[in-house]
Amino acid sequence: MSTHLSSPPSPAGRRTASWPQITQVEGLPIILVFLVLVGLFIVTAPEVFLHWPIYLSFLTTVPPMLVLAIGLTLVVAAGEIDLSFPSTLAFSGFLFSVCESSLGNPWLGLIAALAGGALIGLVNGLLVACIGVPSIIITIGTQFFWAGAASILSGGQSDALQELDGSAIYDVFAGNLFGFLPMQSLWAVGLAVFMWFILNRHRFGEHILFIGDNRQVARVAGINVMRETVKLFVLMGVLGGFAAVLLTVENLNYFSTQGQGYLLPALAGVFIGGTSVFGGTATIVGTFFGTFIIGMLEAGIVATGIAGFWVQAIEGIVFVAAVTLHLLMESPGKLRQLRALAGLGGRP
Amino acid sequence: MDKQSDTGSDYAHIVRAEGISLSYGKIRALQGINLAIGRNEIVGLIGDNGAGKSTLIKVLTGVVRPTSGKLYIRDKPVDWTHYSVREAHRLRFETVYQEKSLGEKQPLWRNIFVGRQITNRFGFIKVAEERRIANDILKRQLGFRGVGIDADSTISKLSGGERQGIAIGRAMHFDSDLIILDEPTVALAISEVRKVLDFVRSIKNSGRACIYIEHNLAHVHALADRLIVLDRGRIVADIKSGEMTLEELTKFLIDLQKSGHAAGIG
Repeated sequence: MSTHLSSPPSPAGRRTASWPQITQVEGLPIILVFLVLVGLFIVTAPEVFLHWPIYLSFLTTVPPMLVLAIGLTLVVAAGEIDLSFPSTLAFSGFLFSVCESSLGNPWLGLIAALAGGALIGLVNGLLVACIGVPSIIITIGTQFFWAGAASILSGGQSDALQELDGSAIYDVFAGNLFGFLPMQSLWAVGLAVFMWFILNRHRFGEHILFIGDNRQVARVAGINVMRETVKLFVLMGVLGGFAAVLLTVENLNYFSTQGQGYLLPALAGVFIGGTSVFGGTATIVGTFFGTFIIGMLEAGIVATGIAGFWVQAIEGIVFVAAVTLHLLMESPGKLRQLRALAGLGGRP
Repeated sequence: MDKQSDTGSDYAHIVRAEGISLSYGKIRALQGINLAIGRNEIVGLIGDNGAGKSTLIKVLTGVVRPTSGKLYIRDKPVDWTHYSVREAHRLRFETVYQEKSLGEKQPLWRNIFVGRQITNRFGFIKVAEERRIANDILKRQLGFRGVGIDADSTISKLSGGERQGIAIGRAMHFDSDLIILDEPTVALAISEVRKVLDFVRSIKNSGRACIYIEHNLAHVHALADRLIVLDRGRIVADIKSGEMTLEELTKFLIDLQKSGHAAGIG
């Protein structure tokens, strides 16, 4: 049985053959931007960027943000957003520190932190999926609530956890492998690889992509949109709890505002990486390099001798440029439109 | 594909509805629908916008649950609490919705298998196998040759007819016994419409049943074994092939519309 649907005139730009195979590499543009930035810093601040310590320091500072950004990549792929993760850093960090300082059991603390994150995610997920509150709204609310809860429970105090230095949990999450390689970077890279497979090769990842692409199509295809959305937010919460443990163990200190300052950089990492805010497509590789770009910019800019005031402005430029670039690459039609517009503008 | 008793071949009607009603608040979308589709029948479903055609399809395929009524599939009663899109798929019902069947940004192979992925024990998709089968469907079943489309093509790069082809190919691959087409020829070029109509005939030839929703009366009239006319949530006519000419059918529908307006005014 065959219904021959042969060769109708095809829309322009379909033929991938005209593009070299290399452009198919996931996250290629952002990898290039990353390399160019490293090159720039090597030229402008060789005394810093030609030596290992700066890179090893990135490998200790970036991982918590990377763990968050990886989770966010999946959330954004589903066409949702989670703005409550900074409060997960605070709340789960508190649960961890309280288990350590009151019970003397950091491993229980790890479990409590992950469970606390799961609870935050579950609340978000149920509100978004079952009641239908837009995630951008509800997670602003839950961000306030859980950050507030962490402040109340901790009495706004910080909690020094110096006794963890050299303990087993410190060695596992913040120690150095072979005496130099930060353990948290291994966790983050391992997680990135695992989540790449979940997003691109697992049934759950495919469901997320279809939900983000078109909710109606997803439903018709037999995807349980409600259940998958709840699962997604719980996953994001658990990853937030894990990031909280990495952060707290590395700092050997808990403070109730430790999540502040992570919101925009983690989101920026996702979008610089090329994940579309419209949902349906996402790149873990892009997020990986996008997050390292964000983590690297501040140190890099300061090391080149430009005053620290410049950091945010330059981060802003990189962000806007990267996001615009991705959009233009995604839709060649837009590029033609722009060219036509420029052509029109040139005429008297 | 499992050969269980509930998808077996010993039945008279692939689907039978009894007294199906559905209300959205005060709006009564379906009222007492009685309908039976034979196992190798092409049934055209016609009616104005808002007559309830799409709602009826959604009930039959487990997308929405009716307020009341019974459904029999292969002569066996359906338990509404366990009836879902997934269950309908398992019972080999396949729907080709206009515009809503495919994820635009996803590659073709994902679109063919979504919801029915070939996975290992841990839920990881066997991508190589899905790709190979997708390419096979394209070449053998749909005759997509030398048009630059393969399993990795993104749906957004396909034409309207090609998209219908993919959705139809998917239905064939999963060996559906009932294929529901929701206005498959809307917004298609004439040459592509002909191909879609050829497919509808091939559904009949392969011994499957088909419910075919269509606005263009000439298309359904030529194809269907039976025409069912819906009007404001009710079935108002059940016409066998040959009972009415196209002209009579057109006049019937126009009169129906007029009487509807008259009732609305009065």
